[in-house]
Amino acid sequence: MVQAFVLVVNRDPAMMQIIWLSLQVSGLAILLAALGGIPLGTWLGMRPAHRVRWPALIIYTFMGLPPVLVGLLVYLLISSQGPFGVLDLLFTPAAMVIAQTMLALPIVAGLTMTAVRGKDREIRDTAVSLGANGRQVALTVIREARVAIVGAVVAGLGRALAEVGAVMMVGGNIEGQTRVMTTAIVLETRRGNFEMAIGLGMVLLALAFLINALLYRLQGVTQD
Amino acid sequence: MLEGVTKTYGTREVLRVDRLSLTGGQVHGVMGPSGAGKSTLLRLLNMLETPTAGRILYRGRDVNRHRPRLELQRRMATVFQKPVLFDGTVYDNVAYGLRVRGVRGPEIRKKVTDTLRAVGLEQLEKERVRTLSGGEAQRVALARALVLEPDVLLLDEPTSNLDPQNVALFEELIRSASSRRGTTVILVTHNVFQARRLADTVVFVHEGRVVEDGPAAGVFRSPRDERTKAFIHGEMIY
Amino acid sequence: MKTGWGKTGYLVLAVLLVLALAAGCGGTGKEHRAGEIRLATTTSTYDSGLLDAIIPVFEERHGYRVSVISVGTGAALEIGKRGDCDVLLVHSREQELELVRQGYFVDRHDVMYNDFVLVGPPADPAGIAGGRDVVAAFRQIAEAGAVFISRGDDSGTHRAELAIWRQTGIEPHGAWYRSVGQGMGDTLRIAGEMQGYTLADRGTWVAMKDRLDLKIVLEGDPVLFNQYGVMAVNPEKHPRINHQGAAALIDFMISGEGQELIARFERGGERLFVPNAHPVRQGKW
Repeated sequence: MVQAFVLVVNRDPAMMQIIWLSLQVSGLAILLAALGGIPLGTWLGMRPAHRVRWPALIIYTFMGLPPVLVGLLVYLLISSQGPFGVLDLLFTPAAMVIAQTMLALPIVAGLTMTAVRGKDREIRDTAVSLGANGRQVALTVIREARVAIVGAVVAGLGRALAEVGAVMMVGGNIEGQTRVMTTAIVLETRRGNFEMAIGLGMVLLALAFLINALLYRLQGVTQD
Repeated sequence: MLEGVTKTYGTREVLRVDRLSLTGGQVHGVMGPSGAGKSTLLRLLNMLETPTAGRILYRGRDVNRHRPRLELQRRMATVFQKPVLFDGTVYDNVAYGLRVRGVRGPEIRKKVTDTLRAVGLEQLEKERVRTLSGGEAQRVALARALVLEPDVLLLDEPTSNLDPQNVALFEELIRSASSRRGTTVILVTHNVFQARRLADTVVFVHEGRVVEDGPAAGVFRSPRDERTKAFIHGEMIY
Repeated sequence: MKTGWGKTGYLVLAVLLVLALAAGCGGTGKEHRAGEIRLATTTSTYDSGLLDAIIPVFEERHGYRVSVISVGTGAALEIGKRGDCDVLLVHSREQELELVRQGYFVDRHDVMYNDFVLVGPPADPAGIAGGRDVVAAFRQIAEAGAVFISRGDDSGTHRAELAIWRQTGIEPHGAWYRSVGQGMGDTLRIAGEMQGYTLADRGTWVAMKDRLDLKIVLEGDPVLFNQYGVMAVNPEKHPRINHQGAAALIDFMISGEGQELIARFERGGERLFVPNAHPVRQGKW
């Protein structure tokens, strides 16, 4: 195991590039997913549950969407035959960001919605009664639910970092351009380089651990 | 002033007020057993909810047609039975209402400090709210409302979870807000003695109806309604 | 620590923004790709390392950059039909010719072939070893009820397997026939774990044989030869593709130099592909 890890770290700049690209793609995807998902989840969470039953149901369903399916959908959209074909996004990091955003956004939105719904009523009443306007009320609710919302973002990031089907499909796993950790793991496994695959897997785990540790600290700080 | 106001949840009518006038600058005690509709009345008055039918007039204008709504909401402040404090320090909580109004920093500081002193919490200014006792938390909630110097102060059984010493402090603060600033106070309570101590007028609510209202002295001395009489004499316990 | 939320929060936000900017500048600013050729190919050519032996030479010679997308044959053909790549290297000769007829692809050439091998457990419960006739061997497996692992993923290998079953006249199903729907490597692993027979391309087999408790039980039957072809996406159907680059890559692969590189490519001491763009050069196993 340790050997496998050393193998990866010592391997070459190409490996560093793969790791860096993974972070860029998933980082950007989670940023977009948070920017879209937190407001969406908050908005839904602050509405009476029975009025947003359909959107909520759709979001919950999309939380369990298989990445390959999202990959296929994005592929069909940005393929040269697809409606966004002229943008030349297929087999680029941008395409991977789009796919991962679509995977992470429902998770962020869904978990944010749940978190907000738990806090919403009394926080909102208090904020309104103290003169907050709509936007200020929403920000207050987000602030009060932030521990759970950070959790939602962590879960979304986990999904983005760990998924392989979608980025494989729309990124193409092109060496030096769209190869990320998960697709590299698939490739090395297919090639029979199990040590390499395990090594990459350990790097992925280590990264996930670091990111979670950072965000956990964020949560911890806000809780004491 | 309420006119023909009803509030319905689903098919259940929880409040029906044909006509109720609450004069500015006075302390109005809203009394009645639990579930009578007192809290609903309060939530209608502070605009958290809109009536299913009827109008609520503030200085002659329908509050739910008033635009901008926010401007009217900002003339009121509410203290709920259970204090919901925002995560942060005591200072942050008391400053909240001023901040959302865009009040400038130095002014916020002065007002918050003054108000905290008034409620006897000046030494807890930097404490995180989750370390506070129940009585301290409720005082923060009151300070958070008083600091806004509202025209109308709405209180929903604010002292029901407090010890006698805190109750006395609260009553003193409410009385002074009313007498010094001319704040209209609407105090929901089921404590007859508190209403007697504080209220200029009394509104008695029972099963969603206003069964009696009038000057406190008169109502307490000679209640016209049997249910009011029973409640005042402690025969109708919530 | 009391204001830690703010500080750490802004730090995280800043990091994410830097990532976003870096990704924006580095990865996505793609002009129309004159210097890039997109080659869609099957996992067998890429995973075996063959393309790593050929592509860099081509890139150096012609100044193109080749982006390799390695997928299953079916997916590669679909990507090509949609004009999402410029050139294909696949092994499904009948289908390729049909799609050329339909006008999706042009300029198709045979490039090379490799072969499939029938592998199975060392104990060889169906008693196949020593034979030369793969159709007979499949029949023996079915009759013995010995475990057979099928790719079951509509890949070129899977289709080759089904073609052999058709020749036996046996409809393969039952507890002994297990369709796993996985890639070659995974299918081999499963065959090893379950001690079953399976049909594998030689490249993947060579790459993995050391870690598998399996052996070749039959090879060399011409039925097992697997022809690879190269072809360009039709530029009249998809004007935005890089047809010039595609033509250059095709020319290179069927040139003497390209064919030589294929012939010299070895893995684990074994030659995996036999160049046959020009019938005279056709090698022998």
